Amino acid sequence: MTAYQLLRRAIPVAVLALAVLTPPVFGTYATSAIGLKTLWLGLVAASLTFLASYGGMVSLAQVGLFGVAGLFTAWLSVDQKLDPWLAAGAGIGLAAVIGLVFGALASGSVGVYFLMITLALAMISYNVFAAVPQFGLHEGINGVFPPAVLGDPVLAPTTYFYFCLAASLVVFALIRYLVRTPFGIALQGVRDEPTRMAALGFNPRVYRTLAFGLGAAIAGLAGVLSVWSNTRMSAGSISLEVTIDVLAAAVIGGLWRLEGAWLGAFVFTVLEIYGPAFTDRYVTIIGAIFLVIVLLSPGGLVGIGSRIDAAVRRVLAGPVAGEGR
Amino acid sequence: MTDTTSNHGASSPTRGRPDPIGGPASIARSSWRRTLAARGPALIGFGLVVLGLGGVLAQALSKGLGPTGNLPIFILVSMNALALAGLYFLAGSGLTLIFGLMRVVNMAHGSLYLLGGYIAWSLTSKAGLDWFLAIGVATIAIGVVGLVMEEVFLRWNLGQDLRQALITIAISLILADQMLANFGAMAQTITPPPVLSGSAPLPVYDLRYPIFKLVTIGVALGIGILLWVWIQRTRFGILVRAGIDDGAMAAALGVNVRVVFAVAFFIGSCLAGLAGVFGGTILSLAPGLDGAFLLSSIIIVIVGGMGSLIGAAVGALLLAVIQSYAAVYLPSGWSPYAMVLTFVLVAAVLALKPSGLFGRASA
Repeated sequence: MTAYQLLRRAIPVAVLALAVLTPPVFGTYATSAIGLKTLWLGLVAASLTFLASYGGMVSLAQVGLFGVAGLFTAWLSVDQKLDPWLAAGAGIGLAAVIGLVFGALASGSVGVYFLMITLALAMISYNVFAAVPQFGLHEGINGVFPPAVLGDPVLAPTTYFYFCLAASLVVFALIRYLVRTPFGIALQGVRDEPTRMAALGFNPRVYRTLAFGLGAAIAGLAGVLSVWSNTRMSAGSISLEVTIDVLAAAVIGGLWRLEGAWLGAFVFTVLEIYGPAFTDRYVTIIGAIFLVIVLLSPGGLVGIGSRIDAAVRRVLAGPVAGEGR
Repeated sequence: MTDTTSNHGASSPTRGRPDPIGGPASIARSSWRRTLAARGPALIGFGLVVLGLGGVLAQALSKGLGPTGNLPIFILVSMNALALAGLYFLAGSGLTLIFGLMRVVNMAHGSLYLLGGYIAWSLTSKAGLDWFLAIGVATIAIGVVGLVMEEVFLRWNLGQDLRQALITIAISLILADQMLANFGAMAQTITPPPVLSGSAPLPVYDLRYPIFKLVTIGVALGIGILLWVWIQRTRFGILVRAGIDDGAMAAALGVNVRVVFAVAFFIGSCLAGLAGVFGGTILSLAPGLDGAFLLSSIIIVIVGGMGSLIGAAVGALLLAVIQSYAAVYLPSGWSPYAMVLTFVLVAAVLALKPSGLFGRASA
């Protein structure tokens, strides 16, 4: 019993240790191709998971906001020769502002309406940015490098990888902290009982909008990290396919648990990188996994883990207690 | 149709929020300031519409009414807008029908649209089948695909709307990849039948207009009327509406709700296939258009009101008119911003009436 508890406690530590050891153990390619993508894709997925699990808002606008931040940062730092840190801050800020606008517009709706509205807003923003020639998205913006302190993300990704890992951990901790604050509790109240919360004097729309703005800032941070990892930004980086990819990653990992975002992103990235070696139709495989997860385990892989955990505990607790469930 | 968003409070759009427009209660205690606050957005929206239309008309009439003026072009652009609206309506009506009846947001609707087009394209250009036969086969085939999707994946979790949306997104991912594998990444166009190709004279300015686009407008009108009659006037339509309003009670009274919903899903999917064939003939078929038409359909449904047939028609018209006029009448250099106008449309409707122009707010 205690041994099992110890084992359970050990899993997150082991995962973190594995992540920290990625650059020295698995080499440059794995760090750059799998590690970095897992981290930024996980971060976008986490912004979605945060909104979905604590705000009850399944948003498809995250990739649009992610793209706005990435694009604006790339444009500022390459075309306007701005300092990368300032450019990143401006990009994340713009994403947060647009997120507040989107949030204000969509916050009157919940559930599947919210999903549709955010999808429409994200697709429109993608089309706007893809069409406006000043942003140069059609040709793509190349040579977007992170600040020199962080090193070269492609050839020597170790420093940059640790930076992304730290950013992910900070966001994870921030969200975990935030949902325990009065704001976070009120947000969860709005998710579960908007009518009662409104009667108690909490304006559900305000809480949803603010949460959406925060989610947008997280997605924006992911966008900046992504554009620095790829050192380029193009229209393909924020298209509908990527929106669906992020949703797939979040759902595969587990839409209702924050850690599921990075787990799903990891599984997705591995499938995407090693899939083509086995079949050209690896997208079908990803889609099939997505479908099976939604059908069988709405909690995703993390949900499966929780079920196994519950089953093991039942067995350990003895047959009588187990049957009595 | 329009009254279908009334039940299922758990996911209705305006739950727990006072009516933004102001119901009778708020009028009773309102001052002029409150009235202005409530009506202000509507006035701004109305002003924008007047301004936009005024700008378009000013340009259209700027060189007089003669045949050398801008009016003939305006007429052609307007006809194109109507044809596009017809196409959007065909695509969007299926989505709104399925949503209105079953509260299932079929995110694979765009995939069904594209698949329908591809089926007709294969039948006409590869198998050499007649266009009319091909459109029939494609429409029925897509109906069957939709029916299978509903029976296998969606029926048993009715009411879990988010899960259903995710299921259809997963299906759309798979369908898109399979279509890419089977039909390639090249854009394809369906050749219209000889009877419907060529152009017909319009009664004004010696203008000629493609027959096929006129047919599209006619078919969209016809389908719209048929759907309306079907829902409002037939026994089956009554059963459908009963099934939506109170499925348990309808079932208790001997209505086989399952069959009713299956038929509705079949017809909604057929419409997607039909739209795909028309779209593939007027425009083209290519990977990515599934997403584009899903987006158009969703915008139509958001603007018009989820589940409202009239709303779908108005939404399709608004979207097509904005896109067509923006492409021609925006000042030069501004055309990349045409999409911003679509955003303004969606944002204005959401700010005014979150449930859409013809959608009924929740009870």
